[in-house]
Amino acid sequence: MPIIHPGLQLTPLHGAAPAWQGFIGQDDLQPICRSVCDSGGRLVALWGSDERASGPGFVLHLVLLNETGLICLHLPLSAVQPAYPDVSEIFPAAGRMQRAAYDLLGIAHNGTDQRQWLRHAAWRSGSFPLCKDFDAVQSRTDELDNYPFVQVAGHGVHEIAVGPVHAGIIEPGHFRFSVVGEKVLRLEERFGYTHKGIEKRFESMSLGQGAKLAGRVSGDSTVAYAWAYAMATESIAGTTPPDRALWLRALFLERERIANHLGDLGFLGNDVAFSFGLTQFWILKEQVLRNNAALFEHRYLMDTICPGGVSVDLAESGKQILLEECAMLEREAHLLRNIYEEHASIQDRYMGTGYVAPKLAAQLGLCGLAGRASSQVWDARVQFACAPYDQLDVRIAVHHNGDVAARVIVRFDELFESLRLQRKIVSKLMPSDILMLPLEKLPGNGFGLGLVEGWRGEVMVAIHTDAQGNLARVHPHDPSWQNWPVLEHAIMNNVVPDFPLINKSFNLSYSGHDL
Amino acid sequence: MYQILKQIIKTGIKTEPAPQANEAMRIQPQLLQQKILDTFGHALNIRLVDAGSCNGCEMEINAVNNAYYNLEGLGIKFVASPRHADMLMVTGPVSRHMEVALRRTFDAMPDPRLVVAIGDCAYDGGIFGEGYASCGKVSNIIPVDVVVKGCPPTPVAMMQGILAAMSHFIKE
Ligand code: SF4
Repeated sequence: MPIIHPGLQLTPLHGAAPAWQGFIGQDDLQPICRSVCDSGGRLVALWGSDERASGPGFVLHLVLLNETGLICLHLPLSAVQPAYPDVSEIFPAAGRMQRAAYDLLGIAHNGTDQRQWLRHAAWRSGSFPLCKDFDAVQSRTDELDNYPFVQVAGHGVHEIAVGPVHAGIIEPGHFRFSVVGEKVLRLEERFGYTHKGIEKRFESMSLGQGAKLAGRVSGDSTVAYAWAYAMATESIAGTTPPDRALWLRALFLERERIANHLGDLGFLGNDVAFSFGLTQFWILKEQVLRNNAALFEHRYLMDTICPGGVSVDLAESGKQILLEECAMLEREAHLLRNIYEEHASIQDRYMGTGYVAPKLAAQLGLCGLAGRASSQVWDARVQFACAPYDQLDVRIAVHHNGDVAARVIVRFDELFESLRLQRKIVSKLMPSDILMLPLEKLPGNGFGLGLVEGWRGEVMVAIHTDAQGNLARVHPHDPSWQNWPVLEHAIMNNVVPDFPLINKSFNLSYSGHDL
Repeated sequence: MYQILKQIIKTGIKTEPAPQANEAMRIQPQLLQQKILDTFGHALNIRLVDAGSCNGCEMEINAVNNAYYNLEGLGIKFVASPRHADMLMVTGPVSRHMEVALRRTFDAMPDPRLVVAIGDCAYDGGIFGEGYASCGKVSNIIPVDVVVKGCPPTPVAMMQGILAAMSHFIKE
């Protein structure tokens, strides 16, 4: 059993990720969270569902993680005035998730921060879009958003407001800096601008359409989301995709990591006025994208993973192309790494900038690559290695300095590790004609989870089906939920001009967070 | 420094010939550059607004600036302020939460201005459609001159769209 708590009955969930589920009562919530936290566990996701049609009311769902696997807890809430005790004192990352769960579903928490989070002015307060009886037309409002930012007072303090539309080619969000001179005293983030109703949209979709939508929760992580979604459907159906499909999924996931890390390493050069780095890394990234298009029909590998398997194969002739690509990327990236490391003006900007102490990272639940750069030794490919990762022996990349330099080093290390994995996958890929055991319909009243270590961090998808086996509730969770609040700490006491650099060193998702 | 210079020389010039605006128009890059100069002053400036995309379209817009496509080499560049922009590029279905920001950006642009909607979502709402939080296609909110379809559209398709919008404008 992953955790022991009086009266708690956990049942294993079928699927690639080691997971259990169980029902709890109001009084169990905080003690269980406390004991998981005290033993080094983390909160992965928190969401709610409206089950008034089939049961007594609403249900709060939490996914916790410890070294044994995922623990999904379901807490039934009443149909009138649904509420539950705050867990953000235990897991600070829960704060924004609890606020979002209220905005979308009306389930209340008694945490200290009661401000709205995802709701601006698209629907009025007191109406909740994920309720099954939500009326979009009735709920429209023409008010403008008037969010109560926290004010910082003091001699010489002033505010800089940035966004939602940013200066570069990036997603929209708002940053409110309180500064003295150049120094940042406080940063407050405001998101939700790209909230487009993804979770509601899932509920009207077939399984296949849902796979496409999952692949567009955050376009830069399309493989991770599509795999997590497929994994959740397979978890409900109790099926396992053909072997070759699993190996190809891993190949796609590593290629997504390679492409994103290459792009980020270029941007991280550009943000310290080293445009040579941008040009060079983006040449490498473009070559990966072109190989993707030539071999798998899509530059970003969208729609290559579907419930039950994959939709494209790797041709025999493609293997050679991938091996040559590996050799080329290794050669070039090593050379560029040397240049980055020996260029004093780059290292001067990187070192000590945007520091997140390992202790703070653990406290706030920093995860993924940013977490690994602050000593958080978590990588789902290692701890919860599902096929084929159980045969690949992934080497985790960890660094202890917690600054921009560390996040750059982790990216380089992961890039080289992914290239090694790509080589290994290509050489071990067994021939087979079967790429898919099609899944068209899921069993009724099912629940399944998928967890995938995307390039940014753990991507999770949870699926609930109704009595007929249709998608009743789909909750995609991006690691950015955990990491955005940590950015507010990372920028403190740094100068405003370093913000783009620090922000890019995390490179978090807006769309994956706003849903 | 030696390593950097060596790498630059080894890399050589990666930029590929610019695509045609479209078959009917057949505008050569040089000719186009002259027309850009005549019509828009020194260059065409683009402001991008992500009105709710999944970030897929942004990745390809960034790629348009890489050495292979080198959009800036055609005198077309992205700028930080709508006041400096001749063209507005919009991605994504327009989320209700971005509706005001999109309108304000558009209103802040000087005339003459062009609007290019990028991607299937900008074209018709795409996979996200219209809903309580999504206004759907860009033309539901502001007038659109050219649409570039694709999910996401390739860099070449985007460049063709930009060029098509410009040549359309120049012809008028
Ligand atoms: S068109 Fe495709 S890539 Fe572009 S925003 Fe829409 S879903 Fe994302």
